[in-house]
Amino acid sequence: MEALAKPQRQMVRLRGRSYVAFVFVPTVPIQDWLQEIDATIARSPGFFAGRPVVVDLASVDLSQSGINHLLISLQDRNIRVLGIEGVEEARLTPSMPPLLSGGRSCVIEPSAPKKVETKVETKPTSLLLESPVRSGQTIIFPEGDVTILGSVGSGAEVVAGGSIHIYGALRGRAMAGVNGHASARIYCQKIEAELLAIDGFYQTADDIDDALRGRPAQAWLEGSTMRITALN
Amino acid sequence: MAKVLVVTSGKGGVGKTTTTAALGAALAQRGDKVVVVDFDVGLRNLDLVMGAERRVVFDLINVVQGVAKLPQALIRDKRLENLWLLPASQTRDKDALTEEGVGKVIDDLRSRFDWVICDSPAGIERGASMAMRFADEAVIVTNPEVSSVRDSDRIIGMLDSKTVRAEKGERVEKHILITRYDPSRAARGEMLTIEDILEILATPLLGIIPESQDVLRASNVGTPVTLSNADGAPARAYIDAARRLCGETVAMQVPTERKGFMDRLLRRRAA
Repeated sequence: MEALAKPQRQMVRLRGRSYVAFVFVPTVPIQDWLQEIDATIARSPGFFAGRPVVVDLASVDLSQSGINHLLISLQDRNIRVLGIEGVEEARLTPSMPPLLSGGRSCVIEPSAPKKVETKVETKPTSLLLESPVRSGQTIIFPEGDVTILGSVGSGAEVVAGGSIHIYGALRGRAMAGVNGHASARIYCQKIEAELLAIDGFYQTADDIDDALRGRPAQAWLEGSTMRITALN
Repeated sequence: MAKVLVVTSGKGGVGKTTTTAALGAALAQRGDKVVVVDFDVGLRNLDLVMGAERRVVFDLINVVQGVAKLPQALIRDKRLENLWLLPASQTRDKDALTEEGVGKVIDDLRSRFDWVICDSPAGIERGASMAMRFADEAVIVTNPEVSSVRDSDRIIGMLDSKTVRAEKGERVEKHILITRYDPSRAARGEMLTIEDILEILATPLLGIIPESQDVLRASNVGTPVTLSNADGAPARAYIDAARRLCGETVAMQVPTERKGFMDRLLRRRAA
Protein backbone atom coordinates (compact mmCIF):
# COMPACT_ATOMS: atom_id res chain seq x y z
CA MET A 1 0.00 0.00 0.00
CA GLU A 2 2.80 2.37 0.82
CA ALA A 3 4.35 1.71 -2.52
CA LEU A 4 1.25 2.94 -4.24
CA ALA A 5 0.97 6.04 -2.12
CA LYS A 6 3.72 8.06 -3.77
CA PRO A 7 4.11 7.40 -7.48
CA GLN A 8 7.62 8.36 -8.48
CA ARG A 9 7.70 10.77 -11.34
CA GLN A 10 10.00 9.60 -14.07
CA MET A 11 12.22 12.24 -15.62
CA VAL A 12 11.97 12.41 -19.39
CA ARG A 13 15.56 12.09 -20.54
CA LEU A 14 16.48 13.41 -23.91
CA ARG A 15 19.66 12.31 -25.56
CA GLY A 16 21.21 13.48 -28.80
CA ARG A 17 22.79 11.08 -31.25
CA SER A 18 23.97 11.63 -34.77
CA TYR A 19 23.86 9.17 -37.66
CA VAL A 20 25.42 9.29 -41.06
CA ALA A 21 22.57 9.32 -43.55
CA PHE A 22 22.67 8.73 -47.28
CA VAL A 23 21.31 11.80 -49.05
CA PHE A 24 19.43 11.02 -52.26
CA VAL A 25 19.22 13.89 -54.71
CA PRO A 26 16.60 12.89 -57.28
CA THR A 27 16.90 14.37 -60.74
CA VAL A 28 14.40 14.59 -63.56
CA PRO A 29 13.22 12.40 -65.14
CA ILE A 30 12.55 10.61 -61.86
CA GLN A 31 12.03 7.30 -63.68
CA ASP A 32 15.64 7.29 -64.95
CA TRP A 33 16.92 8.26 -61.54
CA LEU A 34 15.03 5.31 -60.00
CA GLN A 35 16.63 3.00 -62.52
CA GLU A 36 20.04 4.17 -61.31
CA ILE A 37 19.00 3.25 -57.76
CA ASP A 38 17.84 -0.16 -59.01
CA ALA A 39 21.20 -0.71 -60.70
CA THR A 40 23.01 0.11 -57.45
CA ILE A 41 20.84 -2.37 -55.56
CA ALA A 42 21.42 -5.03 -58.20
CA ARG A 43 25.19 -4.52 -58.00
CA SER A 44 25.33 -4.76 -54.23
CA PRO A 45 22.19 -6.10 -52.57
CA GLY A 46 21.78 -4.77 -49.07
CA PHE A 47 23.70 -1.57 -49.88
CA PHE A 48 20.93 0.63 -48.44
CA ALA A 49 19.62 -1.92 -45.97
CA GLY A 50 19.37 -0.46 -42.49
CA ARG A 51 20.96 2.84 -43.48
CA PRO A 52 19.12 6.12 -42.82
CA VAL A 53 18.17 7.85 -46.03
CA VAL A 54 17.31 11.53 -46.54
CA VAL A 55 15.78 12.83 -49.77
CA ASP A 56 16.99 16.24 -50.97
CA LEU A 57 14.37 17.74 -53.30
CA ALA A 58 16.17 21.05 -53.95
CA SER A 59 17.06 20.21 -57.54
CA VAL A 60 13.58 19.08 -58.60
CA ASP A 61 10.21 20.80 -58.45
CA LEU A 62 7.73 18.18 -57.33
CA SER A 63 4.09 18.59 -56.37
CA GLN A 64 2.69 16.99 -53.25
CA SER A 65 1.47 13.97 -55.19
CA GLY A 66 4.81 13.79 -56.98
CA ILE A 67 6.64 13.64 -53.66
CA ASN A 68 4.20 11.01 -52.46
CA HIS A 69 4.77 8.94 -55.59
CA LEU A 70 8.56 9.15 -55.13
CA LEU A 71 8.32 8.05 -51.50
CA ILE A 72 6.16 5.06 -52.43
CA SER A 73 8.62 4.09 -55.20
CA LEU A 74 11.48 4.11 -52.70
CA GLN A 75 9.43 2.15 -50.19
CA ASP A 76 8.84 -0.49 -52.89
CA ARG A 77 12.64 -0.90 -53.04
CA ASN A 78 12.85 -1.41 -49.29
CA ILE A 79 14.38 2.04 -48.81
CA ARG A 80 12.82 3.84 -45.85
CA VAL A 81 13.11 7.60 -45.91
CA LEU A 82 14.02 9.25 -42.61
CA GLY A 83 13.49 12.84 -43.63
CA ILE A 84 13.11 15.28 -46.49
CA GLU A 85 15.18 18.34 -47.32
CA GLY A 86 15.06 21.25 -49.74
CA VAL A 87 11.31 21.75 -50.11
CA GLU A 88 8.79 24.11 -48.43
CA GLU A 89 6.88 22.52 -45.59
CA ALA A 90 3.51 23.25 -47.22
CA ARG A 91 4.09 20.57 -49.83
CA LEU A 92 4.46 17.83 -47.22
CA THR A 93 1.57 15.98 -45.64
CA PRO A 94 1.67 14.88 -41.97
CA SER A 95 2.07 11.24 -43.04
CA MET A 96 5.31 12.01 -44.89
CA PRO A 97 8.74 11.96 -43.23
CA PRO A 98 9.58 15.26 -41.45
CA LEU A 99 11.33 18.21 -43.04
CA LEU A 100 14.98 18.34 -41.95
CA SER A 101 17.48 21.14 -42.01
CA GLY A 102 20.96 21.84 -40.74
CA GLY A 103 22.52 18.72 -42.19
CA ARG A 104 26.29 18.73 -42.64
CA SER A 105 27.87 16.73 -45.36
CA CYS A 106 30.53 14.19 -44.51
CA VAL A 107 32.46 11.47 -46.28
CA ILE A 108 30.92 8.05 -46.19
CA GLU A 109 33.66 5.48 -45.67
CA PRO A 110 32.63 2.21 -47.20
CA SER A 111 35.34 0.37 -45.30
CA ALA A 112 33.98 1.38 -41.90
CA PRO A 113 30.23 1.30 -42.18
CA LYS A 114 27.87 1.70 -39.27
CA LYS A 115 27.16 -1.64 -37.78
CA VAL A 116 23.43 -1.81 -38.18
CA GLU A 117 21.86 -5.21 -38.04
CA THR A 118 18.91 -5.66 -40.31
CA LYS A 119 16.28 -8.13 -39.43
CA VAL A 120 13.70 -7.21 -42.01
CA GLU A 121 14.14 -10.27 -44.20
CA THR A 122 12.65 -13.60 -43.34
CA LYS A 123 15.09 -15.31 -45.71
CA PRO A 124 17.69 -17.56 -44.03
CA THR A 125 20.81 -15.69 -43.01
CA SER A 126 23.17 -18.62 -43.20
CA LEU A 127 24.03 -21.26 -45.76
CA LEU A 128 25.19 -24.76 -44.88
CA LEU A 129 26.97 -26.97 -47.42
CA GLU A 130 27.59 -30.58 -46.51
CA SER A 131 29.89 -31.49 -49.39
CA PRO A 132 33.29 -30.19 -50.46
CA VAL A 133 33.43 -27.19 -52.79
CA ARG A 134 35.33 -28.41 -55.85
CA SER A 135 37.77 -26.56 -58.07
CA GLY A 136 35.91 -24.26 -60.45
CA GLN A 137 32.78 -24.01 -58.31
CA THR A 138 31.63 -20.68 -56.87
CA ILE A 139 29.40 -20.33 -53.83
CA ILE A 140 27.84 -16.85 -53.50
CA PHE A 141 25.70 -15.97 -50.49
CA PRO A 142 25.46 -12.21 -49.90
CA GLU A 143 22.72 -12.63 -47.29
CA GLY A 144 24.97 -13.90 -44.50
CA ASP A 145 27.31 -16.58 -43.21
CA VAL A 146 28.45 -19.67 -45.12
CA THR A 147 29.39 -22.89 -43.33
CA ILE A 148 31.06 -25.69 -45.27
CA LEU A 149 31.46 -29.23 -43.91
CA GLY A 150 34.34 -30.23 -46.17
CA SER A 151 37.19 -28.65 -48.03
CA VAL A 152 37.29 -25.79 -50.51
CA GLY A 153 39.45 -26.93 -53.41
CA SER A 154 42.18 -25.03 -55.16
CA GLY A 155 40.47 -22.84 -57.75
CA ALA A 156 37.13 -22.80 -55.93
CA GLU A 157 35.56 -19.60 -54.59
CA VAL A 158 33.33 -18.86 -51.60
CA VAL A 159 31.73 -15.41 -51.35
CA ALA A 160 29.67 -14.48 -48.30
CA GLY A 161 28.00 -11.35 -46.96
CA GLY A 162 28.89 -12.51 -43.47
CA SER A 163 31.55 -14.81 -42.09
CA ILE A 164 32.86 -18.02 -43.67
CA HIS A 165 33.37 -21.19 -41.63
CA ILE A 166 35.18 -24.11 -43.25
CA TYR A 167 35.41 -27.43 -41.44
CA GLY A 168 38.12 -28.75 -43.71
CA ALA A 169 41.01 -27.38 -45.71
CA LEU A 170 40.72 -24.01 -47.46
CA ARG A 171 42.77 -24.27 -50.65
CA GLY A 172 40.79 -21.86 -52.82
CA ARG A 173 39.51 -18.30 -52.35
CA ALA A 174 37.33 -17.06 -49.53
CA MET A 175 35.75 -13.60 -49.56
CA ALA A 176 33.79 -12.61 -46.48
CA GLY A 177 31.82 -9.47 -45.63
CA VAL A 178 31.30 -8.53 -49.26
CA ASN A 179 28.49 -6.08 -48.49
CA GLY A 180 30.75 -3.92 -46.37
CA HIS A 181 30.58 -6.08 -43.29
CA ALA A 182 34.01 -5.36 -41.80
CA SER A 183 33.49 -7.51 -38.72
CA ALA A 184 33.07 -10.68 -40.81
CA ARG A 185 35.73 -13.34 -40.31
CA ILE A 186 37.04 -16.40 -42.10
CA TYR A 187 37.66 -19.59 -40.14
CA CYS A 188 39.14 -22.82 -41.47
CA GLN A 189 40.64 -26.03 -40.13
CA LYS A 190 43.56 -25.99 -42.50
CA ILE A 191 44.75 -22.85 -44.19
CA GLU A 192 46.25 -23.28 -47.66
CA ALA A 193 44.22 -20.47 -49.20
CA GLU A 194 44.93 -18.86 -52.55
CA LEU A 195 43.27 -15.64 -51.47
CA LEU A 196 41.47 -14.30 -48.41
CA ALA A 197 39.33 -11.16 -48.51
CA ILE A 198 37.20 -9.37 -45.95
CA ASP A 199 35.18 -6.32 -46.95
CA GLY A 200 37.43 -5.73 -49.95
CA PHE A 201 40.75 -6.01 -48.12
CA TYR A 202 42.64 -9.03 -49.33
CA GLN A 203 45.79 -11.11 -48.97
CA THR A 204 47.11 -13.68 -51.42
CA ALA A 205 48.85 -16.96 -50.63
CA ASP A 206 52.20 -15.17 -50.80
CA ASP A 207 51.24 -12.83 -47.96
CA ILE A 208 50.18 -15.62 -45.62
CA ASP A 209 52.80 -16.56 -43.05
CA ASP A 210 54.37 -19.92 -43.93
CA ALA A 211 54.28 -20.96 -40.29
CA LEU A 212 50.47 -20.90 -40.46
CA ARG A 213 50.15 -23.10 -43.54
CA GLY A 214 48.23 -26.29 -42.93
CA ARG A 215 47.06 -25.17 -39.51
CA PRO A 216 43.63 -24.16 -38.21
CA ALA A 217 43.38 -20.39 -38.62
CA GLN A 218 41.11 -17.39 -38.62
CA ALA A 219 41.30 -14.12 -40.49
CA TRP A 220 39.74 -10.80 -39.50
CA LEU A 221 40.08 -7.08 -40.10
CA GLU A 222 41.80 -4.76 -37.69
CA GLY A 223 41.13 -1.33 -39.13
CA SER A 224 42.34 -1.73 -42.65
CA THR A 225 44.84 -4.53 -42.11
CA MET A 226 44.01 -8.18 -42.31
CA ARG A 227 45.12 -10.34 -39.42
CA ILE A 228 45.54 -14.09 -39.73
CA THR A 229 46.25 -16.13 -36.63
CA ALA A 230 46.25 -19.76 -35.67
CA LEU A 231 43.19 -21.06 -33.90
CA ASN A 232 43.97 -22.65 -30.53
CA MET B 1 22.12 -54.46 -65.00
CA ALA B 2 24.30 -52.57 -67.46
CA LYS B 3 26.62 -49.98 -65.97
CA VAL B 4 27.84 -46.90 -67.78
CA LEU B 5 31.32 -45.99 -66.61
CA VAL B 6 33.13 -42.82 -67.67
CA VAL B 7 36.92 -42.64 -67.54
CA THR B 8 37.78 -38.98 -67.16
CA SER B 9 40.39 -36.61 -65.70
CA GLY B 10 40.21 -33.04 -66.97
CA LYS B 11 43.93 -33.01 -67.69
CA GLY B 12 45.36 -34.61 -70.80
CA GLY B 13 48.04 -37.28 -70.98
CA VAL B 14 47.33 -38.83 -67.59
CA GLY B 15 46.26 -42.21 -68.96
CA LYS B 16 42.52 -42.15 -69.65
CA THR B 17 42.73 -44.10 -72.89
CA THR B 18 45.21 -46.63 -71.46
CA THR B 19 42.91 -47.06 -68.46
CA THR B 20 39.79 -47.47 -70.62
CA ALA B 21 41.45 -50.21 -72.67
CA ALA B 22 43.02 -51.95 -69.66
CA LEU B 23 39.85 -51.94 -67.53
CA GLY B 24 37.73 -52.93 -70.52
CA ALA B 25 39.95 -55.92 -71.23
CA ALA B 26 40.17 -56.91 -67.55
CA LEU B 27 36.37 -56.81 -67.15
CA ALA B 28 35.89 -58.75 -70.39
CA GLN B 29 38.34 -61.40 -69.18
CA ARG B 30 36.14 -61.89 -66.14
CA GLY B 31 33.34 -62.88 -68.52
CA ASP B 32 31.35 -59.62 -68.64
CA LYS B 33 30.26 -58.23 -71.99
CA VAL B 34 32.07 -54.91 -72.40
CA VAL B 35 32.07 -52.06 -74.93
CA VAL B 36 34.62 -49.25 -74.86
CA VAL B 37 33.40 -46.01 -76.46
CA ASP B 38 35.79 -43.33 -77.69
CA PHE B 39 34.39 -39.81 -77.09
CA ASP B 40 37.53 -38.04 -78.25
CA VAL B 41 35.97 -36.97 -81.55
CA GLY B 42 38.61 -35.50 -83.86
CA LEU B 43 41.56 -36.87 -81.87
CA ARG B 44 40.66 -40.51 -81.53
CA ASN B 45 43.23 -42.84 -79.95
CA LEU B 46 41.34 -45.71 -78.41
CA ASP B 47 41.27 -47.61 -81.72
CA LEU B 48 45.10 -47.54 -81.80
CA VAL B 49 45.50 -48.64 -78.19
CA MET B 50 43.01 -51.46 -78.84
CA GLY B 51 44.77 -52.39 -82.08
CA ALA B 52 41.58 -51.97 -84.14
CA GLU B 53 42.53 -48.93 -86.24
CA ARG B 54 42.55 -50.89 -89.50
CA ARG B 55 39.01 -52.15 -89.06
CA VAL B 56 37.15 -48.87 -88.48
CA VAL B 57 34.31 -48.35 -90.96
CA PHE B 58 31.59 -46.43 -89.13
CA ASP B 59 31.97 -44.45 -85.93
CA LEU B 60 30.13 -42.90 -82.99
CA ILE B 61 29.19 -39.76 -84.95
CA ASN B 62 27.69 -41.85 -87.78
CA VAL B 63 25.53 -43.65 -85.23
CA VAL B 64 24.61 -40.44 -83.35
CA GLN B 65 23.50 -38.87 -86.65
CA GLY B 66 21.68 -41.99 -87.77
CA VAL B 67 23.90 -42.60 -90.81
CA ALA B 68 24.85 -46.07 -89.56
CA LYS B 69 23.22 -48.57 -87.24
CA LEU B 70 24.95 -49.40 -83.97
CA PRO B 71 25.91 -53.03 -84.87
CA GLN B 72 27.61 -51.75 -88.04
CA ALA B 73 29.89 -49.46 -86.04
CA LEU B 74 30.80 -51.88 -83.23
CA ILE B 75 34.19 -53.59 -83.68
CA ARG B 76 34.78 -56.89 -81.94
CA ASP B 77 38.18 -57.42 -80.32
CA LYS B 78 40.29 -60.16 -81.93
CA ARG B 79 41.64 -61.47 -78.61
CA LEU B 80 38.60 -61.28 -76.35
CA GLU B 81 35.21 -62.15 -77.78
CA ASN B 82 33.41 -60.25 -74.98
CA LEU B 83 35.15 -56.98 -75.78
CA TRP B 84 33.87 -54.45 -78.30
CA LEU B 85 34.93 -50.99 -79.47
CA LEU B 86 32.83 -48.08 -80.66
CA PRO B 87 35.39 -45.73 -82.25
CA ALA B 88 35.22 -41.96 -82.54
CA SER B 89 35.34 -40.02 -85.78
CA GLN B 90 38.70 -38.49 -86.68
CA THR B 91 37.35 -36.10 -89.30
CA ARG B 92 34.62 -34.39 -87.26
CA ASP B 93 34.74 -32.31 -84.10
CA LYS B 94 33.03 -32.46 -80.74
CA ASP B 95 30.13 -30.22 -81.82
CA ALA B 96 28.80 -33.19 -83.78
CA LEU B 97 27.86 -34.81 -80.46
CA THR B 98 24.26 -33.97 -79.59
CA GLU B 99 22.86 -34.80 -76.20
CA GLU B 100 19.82 -36.49 -77.68
CA GLY B 101 21.89 -38.58 -80.09
CA VAL B 102 24.44 -39.65 -77.46
CA GLY B 103 21.60 -40.51 -75.06
CA LYS B 104 20.03 -42.81 -77.66
CA VAL B 105 23.33 -44.57 -78.40
CA ILE B 106 24.06 -45.08 -74.69
CA ASP B 107 20.55 -46.49 -74.12
CA ASP B 108 21.03 -48.88 -77.01
CA LEU B 109 24.46 -49.96 -75.66
CA ARG B 110 22.96 -50.49 -72.19
CA SER B 111 20.61 -53.10 -73.60
CA ARG B 112 23.45 -55.02 -75.30
CA PHE B 113 26.32 -54.93 -72.77
CA ASP B 114 27.16 -55.35 -69.07
CA TRP B 115 29.65 -52.49 -69.10
CA VAL B 116 29.67 -49.37 -71.27
CA ILE B 117 33.04 -47.66 -70.70
CA CYS B 118 33.25 -44.12 -72.08
CA ASP B 119 36.74 -42.77 -72.77
CA SER B 120 36.45 -39.02 -72.15
CA PRO B 121 38.59 -36.48 -74.00
CA ALA B 122 40.68 -34.06 -71.94
CA GLY B 123 39.16 -30.71 -71.01
CA ILE B 124 35.78 -29.73 -69.65
CA GLU B 125 34.07 -28.85 -72.91
CA ARG B 126 31.44 -30.60 -74.98
CA GLY B 127 33.31 -33.87 -75.56
CA ALA B 128 34.06 -34.36 -71.88
CA SER B 129 30.60 -33.29 -70.72
CA MET B 130 28.91 -35.63 -73.24
CA ALA B 131 31.12 -38.54 -72.15
CA MET B 132 30.07 -38.11 -68.49
CA ARG B 133 26.48 -37.02 -69.13
CA PHE B 134 24.84 -40.47 -68.86
CA ALA B 135 27.35 -42.15 -66.52
CA ASP B 136 26.39 -44.25 -63.49
CA GLU B 137 29.97 -44.48 -62.26
CA ALA B 138 33.16 -42.57 -62.91
CA VAL B 139 36.83 -43.40 -62.75
CA ILE B 140 38.85 -40.22 -62.29
CA VAL B 141 42.39 -40.79 -63.53
CA THR B 142 44.91 -38.70 -61.59
CA ASN B 143 48.69 -38.38 -61.73
CA PRO B 144 50.52 -37.61 -58.47
CA GLU B 145 51.09 -33.95 -59.28
CA VAL B 146 49.24 -30.78 -58.26
CA SER B 147 47.93 -29.72 -61.67
CA SER B 148 46.40 -33.12 -62.33
CA VAL B 149 44.84 -33.25 -58.86
CA ARG B 150 43.27 -29.82 -59.20
CA ASP B 151 41.83 -30.70 -62.62
CA SER B 152 40.42 -33.90 -61.12
CA ASP B 153 38.78 -31.86 -58.37
CA ARG B 154 37.14 -29.72 -61.04
CA ILE B 155 35.90 -32.82 -62.89
CA ILE B 156 34.44 -34.26 -59.67
CA GLY B 157 32.52 -30.99 -59.26
CA MET B 158 31.11 -31.44 -62.78
CA LEU B 159 30.21 -35.10 -62.12
CA ASP B 160 28.27 -33.88 -59.07
CA SER B 161 26.34 -31.23 -60.99
CA LYS B 162 26.26 -31.76 -64.76
CA THR B 163 25.34 -35.43 -65.14
CA VAL B 164 21.83 -36.77 -65.66
CA ARG B 165 22.09 -38.62 -62.35
CA ALA B 166 23.14 -35.45 -60.48
CA GLU B 167 20.25 -33.52 -62.03
CA LYS B 168 17.82 -36.21 -60.83
CA GLY B 169 19.26 -35.90 -57.31
CA GLU B 170 21.08 -39.23 -57.54
CA ARG B 171 24.80 -39.87 -57.17
CA VAL B 172 27.38 -40.81 -59.74
CA GLU B 173 29.64 -43.25 -57.92
CA LYS B 174 33.18 -41.90 -58.17
CA HIS B 175 36.54 -43.67 -57.91
CA ILE B 176 40.06 -42.26 -58.00
CA LEU B 177 42.63 -44.17 -60.02
CA ILE B 178 46.18 -42.95 -59.48
CA THR B 179 48.41 -43.64 -62.47
CA ARG B 180 52.12 -43.18 -63.18
CA TYR B 181 52.87 -43.59 -59.50
CA ASP B 182 56.49 -44.05 -58.47
CA PRO B 183 56.75 -45.05 -54.79
CA SER B 184 60.43 -44.19 -54.48
CA ARG B 185 59.95 -40.69 -55.92
CA ALA B 186 56.92 -40.15 -53.69
CA ALA B 187 59.02 -41.17 -50.68
CA ARG B 188 61.64 -38.60 -51.65
CA GLY B 189 58.94 -35.91 -51.81
CA GLU B 190 59.17 -35.46 -55.57
CA MET B 191 55.55 -36.50 -56.06
CA LEU B 192 52.36 -36.07 -54.11
CA THR B 193 51.74 -39.04 -51.84
CA ILE B 194 48.59 -41.18 -52.06
CA GLU B 195 47.41 -39.68 -48.76
CA ASP B 196 47.83 -36.12 -50.09
CA ILE B 197 45.80 -36.90 -53.20
CA LEU B 198 42.98 -38.63 -51.36
CA GLU B 199 42.84 -35.87 -48.76
CA ILE B 200 42.44 -33.22 -51.45
CA LEU B 201 39.92 -35.13 -53.55
CA ALA B 202 37.92 -36.71 -50.68
CA THR B 203 36.89 -39.59 -52.95
CA PRO B 204 37.53 -43.36 -52.54
CA LEU B 205 40.55 -44.95 -54.18
CA LEU B 206 40.08 -47.60 -56.87
CA GLY B 207 43.70 -48.47 -57.46
CA ILE B 208 47.29 -47.34 -57.89
CA ILE B 209 48.98 -48.00 -61.22
CA PRO B 210 52.77 -47.84 -60.99
CA GLU B 211 54.85 -45.99 -63.58
CA SER B 212 56.07 -48.63 -66.02
CA GLN B 213 57.60 -49.17 -69.43
CA ASP B 214 54.92 -51.81 -70.02
CA VAL B 215 52.29 -49.14 -70.64
CA LEU B 216 54.06 -47.45 -73.56
CA ARG B 217 55.12 -50.80 -74.98
CA ALA B 218 51.53 -52.08 -74.87
CA SER B 219 49.99 -49.05 -76.56
CA ASN B 220 52.66 -49.14 -79.29
CA VAL B 221 51.68 -52.67 -80.23
CA GLY B 222 47.97 -51.89 -79.88
CA THR B 223 47.16 -54.20 -76.99
CA PRO B 224 45.52 -53.30 -73.68
CA VAL B 225 48.24 -53.53 -71.02
CA THR B 226 46.28 -56.16 -69.10
CA LEU B 227 46.62 -58.47 -72.12
CA SER B 228 50.13 -57.68 -73.34
CA ASN B 229 51.93 -58.57 -70.12
CA ALA B 230 49.39 -59.86 -67.62
CA ASP B 231 52.09 -60.50 -64.99
CA GLY B 232 53.53 -56.99 -65.16
CA ALA B 233 52.98 -54.53 -62.34
CA PRO B 234 50.54 -52.22 -64.19
CA ALA B 235 48.51 -55.16 -65.50
CA ARG B 236 48.12 -56.63 -62.01
CA ALA B 237 47.11 -53.22 -60.66
CA TYR B 238 44.46 -52.80 -63.40
CA ILE B 239 43.11 -56.31 -62.82
CA ASP B 240 42.77 -55.54 -59.10
CA ALA B 241 41.01 -52.28 -59.94
CA ALA B 242 38.56 -54.14 -62.21
CA ARG B 243 37.80 -56.59 -59.39
CA ARG B 244 37.08 -53.68 -57.05
CA LEU B 245 34.74 -52.18 -59.67
CA CYS B 246 32.80 -55.44 -59.55
CA GLY B 247 32.41 -55.09 -55.81
CA GLU B 248 35.16 -57.46 -54.66
CA THR B 249 37.29 -56.50 -51.69
CA VAL B 250 40.93 -56.55 -52.72
CA ALA B 251 43.70 -55.31 -50.43
CA MET B 252 45.17 -52.06 -51.72
CA GLN B 253 48.82 -52.25 -52.61
CA VAL B 254 51.19 -50.76 -55.13
CA PRO B 255 52.32 -53.66 -57.32
CA THR B 256 56.00 -53.42 -58.15
CA GLU B 257 58.07 -54.96 -60.89
CA ARG B 258 59.44 -58.28 -59.72
CA LYS B 259 63.00 -57.18 -60.45
CA GLY B 260 62.45 -53.88 -58.64
CA PHE B 261 63.87 -55.08 -55.36
CA MET B 262 67.21 -56.02 -56.87
CA ASP B 263 67.37 -52.71 -58.70
CA ARG B 264 66.86 -50.81 -55.51
CA LEU B 265 69.42 -52.88 -53.69
CA LEU B 266 72.03 -52.23 -56.34
CA ARG B 267 71.28 -48.53 -56.53
CA ARG B 268 71.73 -48.17 -52.82
CA ARG B 269 75.11 -49.87 -52.80
CA ALA B 270 76.45 -47.71 -55.59
CA ALA B 271 75.52 -44.51 -53.80
